[in-house]
Amino acid sequence: MGFRRYGNGIAKGMALTFKHLFRKPITTQYPEERLNVSRRTRGTQIIWNKDTCIACSACARACPIGCIDMSTSRGEDKKLKVDNITIDFGLCIFCGLCVEACPVGNAIFLSYNWEYAEYQRGKLVLSNDELLYSKTKQVSGYYHPEVEKALPEQTLLVNRTNRGKPWD
Amino acid sequence: MVTLKTEPFVINLGPVHPSTHGVFRLRATLDGEVVLDIEPIIGYLHRGIEKIAEGRNYKQDIPLTDRLDYVASMSNNLPYVMAVEKLAEIAVPERAEYLRIIMAEMQRIASHLLAVGSLANDLGTFFTPFQYMFREREKIVDLFEMVCGQRLLYNYMRFGGVSHDIPDEFIPALSKLVSTMPGFIDEYDQLLAENEILLARLKGVGILPKELAINSSVSGPVLRASGVEWDIRKVDSYSVYDRFKFDIPTGVIGDCYDRYRVRIQEMRQSVHILEQAIEQLPAGEVLAKVSPRLKPPGGEAYAHIEAPKGELGFYLVSDNSEKPYRMHIRAPSLINLTALREMVIGWKLADVIVTFGSIDICLGEVDR
Amino acid sequence: MQANVTGFNPTFAYNTLPPDWPGNFWLHWLIFTIILIAFIIATVIMFIWFERRLIGRFQIRLGPNRVGPFGLFQAIADVVKILTKEDIVPQKADKVVFWLAPLVALVPVLMVFAVVPLQSGAILVDLDIGILYVLALSSIVSIGIFMAGWGSNNKYSIIGAMRDVAQLISYEIPLVLSIVGVVLLTGSLSLSEIVRAQNIPFILLQPIGFFVFFIGSLAEINRCPFDLVEAESEIIAGYNIEFSGSKFAAFFLAEYSEAVLLSALTATLFLGGWSGPLLPPFLWLLIKMFAVFALIVWIRSTLPRFRIDQMMAFAWKFLLPLALINLLLTSLQIVFWPEASSWIIVLLSFAIGITLILVWSKSFKPGGNKVGI
Repeated sequence: MGFRRYGNGIAKGMALTFKHLFRKPITTQYPEERLNVSRRTRGTQIIWNKDTCIACSACARACPIGCIDMSTSRGEDKKLKVDNITIDFGLCIFCGLCVEACPVGNAIFLSYNWEYAEYQRGKLVLSNDELLYSKTKQVSGYYHPEVEKALPEQTLLVNRTNRGKPWD
Repeated sequence: MVTLKTEPFVINLGPVHPSTHGVFRLRATLDGEVVLDIEPIIGYLHRGIEKIAEGRNYKQDIPLTDRLDYVASMSNNLPYVMAVEKLAEIAVPERAEYLRIIMAEMQRIASHLLAVGSLANDLGTFFTPFQYMFREREKIVDLFEMVCGQRLLYNYMRFGGVSHDIPDEFIPALSKLVSTMPGFIDEYDQLLAENEILLARLKGVGILPKELAINSSVSGPVLRASGVEWDIRKVDSYSVYDRFKFDIPTGVIGDCYDRYRVRIQEMRQSVHILEQAIEQLPAGEVLAKVSPRLKPPGGEAYAHIEAPKGELGFYLVSDNSEKPYRMHIRAPSLINLTALREMVIGWKLADVIVTFGSIDICLGEVDR
Repeated sequence: MQANVTGFNPTFAYNTLPPDWPGNFWLHWLIFTIILIAFIIATVIMFIWFERRLIGRFQIRLGPNRVGPFGLFQAIADVVKILTKEDIVPQKADKVVFWLAPLVALVPVLMVFAVVPLQSGAILVDLDIGILYVLALSSIVSIGIFMAGWGSNNKYSIIGAMRDVAQLISYEIPLVLSIVGVVLLTGSLSLSEIVRAQNIPFILLQPIGFFVFFIGSLAEINRCPFDLVEAESEIIAGYNIEFSGSKFAAFFLAEYSEAVLLSALTATLFLGGWSGPLLPPFLWLLIKMFAVFALIVWIRSTLPRFRIDQMMAFAWKFLLPLALINLLLTSLQIVFWPEASSWIIVLLSFAIGITLILVWSKSFKPGGNKVGI
């Protein structure tokens, strides 16, 4: 590449910047507009299904941090049941190893919503009934293909266009 | 007749600085603007990853290795998983190998985009090339989110394959990205490559001669820019890289401009590899059958790959238990950083920042 | 064009008031001071908004758009934030120098606006030596910046201040020489005379002069690509480091007022000031100022910054010979060929300008080799 020194390179760069004035901005006006996240997103909550859980503590053993704390006991019908389950979301790294380790396949989920903030650190520790599924806590399809099919499709930046035409 | 006496002074480019990529401290002895000596001080981000790894079992260490080079996380999982597969002699299905290569090459493009964008930012352009490059990086990170659910720390590779198969929308979106990418790389060239001010700042600055590069064991784009054709994907080919046709871009002199050009050319080659991989992707399963509580037989193994920043290697010693006995990480950024002093002595203060940015380190790797 | 030179009157030379002005001199002074300060502050706020939105559009994003409709009150929010911050003075700083530095950097810039014509006859004082006054006062700003660097007791500030002094001294000379070309064409140093003498804008008659003046002024006001004085990625805001609160607001205001001043001067000297066909003259001046400022913002968003020795080589080896040649050619044309038609002069000057820039840049090396130690 020849070393052209009479301002040619600068002029080309400035022409490119000028061309960008005519491209639609890619800013999303959060919180009025929200994009759809991936169907397998590892959201910031863990959802526990009390009915299908067999209290094997595989999730607690699989966690790298040790933020799931389960105490179990044997009931009258010789089956294990959960006395107390506590998850500390201040420690959790949302890696999903607990979801992967569950043998029944539908007792623990990661959530679909990713906006979770509290004012005090103590409130980040949830236990028992606070971990159940509810209207505000959707489940995501990470390791759960049947949930994944039901969720909306992700918005991708490659598919967004520049005023109706593709981006270049 | 009065003689003027000057004395050198020591300035501290402190751990909190807008353009040391992380917490990195540099004490520079300056004579006016000319650098006489530098002394890097590292360790501000030391988290004891190698020690933590001895307390967790092999599968729980995979998210830990994500946190090394947090900018290029897929490339960190891969050598660890390969080292354990060597120890435990696990065979990987073919579709999984192709998926691993697709992810690694996409991660290489994303990492180089960030490296070049930050270099342009250090030079003084007010975030404009940075914004353009992050637009492309956003597209890549969207695809990663589609596959494994996270945008920065993926935890995607497993022993014997990968954790999820790709959904149906992945290949069309990736093909669209791959077809538009060369056009955008041409735009970056139009903005930066022939800019006279950039040429004046980068050409001839911070030269790393060939013998010094080989003797200091630098690797990655820094080594290739000094004229040495050494890429682990060709020299010690791993996974299924021998089925793809691609070139190794090399520089001539080894100055900052060559390092920048090598990264841009590597992006183009990665796009080429991605095109071939999409075509050749076979069907099949993506994860071999491995017991969840893996206990590899005793022994040691070393696996290395060509990460975006250099040669990343994991050395594992196992004693037939669930937890590794010792895990050592050969971090490319730390070893590339040892050559900084020779590159910079005699230049000006502004050149220190530019040379440092062109080596492209990530403090998570340097300090572990 | 006329080639007559008015005699220099060494007595207290200000023109008398416009003939239809009621009241005496001091009323005129008071009203115009208030108008000027309001004009400066309003224009600075508009320029801040304009710059941030325009840089956003160059970078395919929106600029600020939350504070008020289209983000119009963002500058006011910034000013309120800066003024409510704590005013920290370092313990070993030189107190008097530290306190005076923002004032020395800000006040001369505001004073220069006294001779800029906002409309025909609407000047605070129509000095006969207008341009000389402008150049003299804008050099005082470098003293203010050096005081800031010295008084902060911080190595980064000293580096920034030294760079700034070197930069400003290097770029004064081509700047002055390029203005002399315009003065030769007009025959007077007064700014309102220069506006009135432009039948066709001087940018067409003096393209090299415009080029040298524009780049020299960019260096004077420390904007990209010459913002190594406050290079954010190297010395973290240079002389500005230790200032906070209202002292920082003074520096911030000084920087943007200098940008307003540059736009106003370029519009007055080279683009025809307030003259224009249909709209009121004050609006024409504003439109030209915004056009020049858009060019400055466009340059800021694209170009990296120079290194100190490359920047000084650029001034001394590239701009200074160009300015001298420009001066020589203009004076030759005035002495030997004063009745030439304007359009021939335009064509000739563009041809000579482009040839000169092409030829000169081939032989210009930016410099910056490794210093042997």
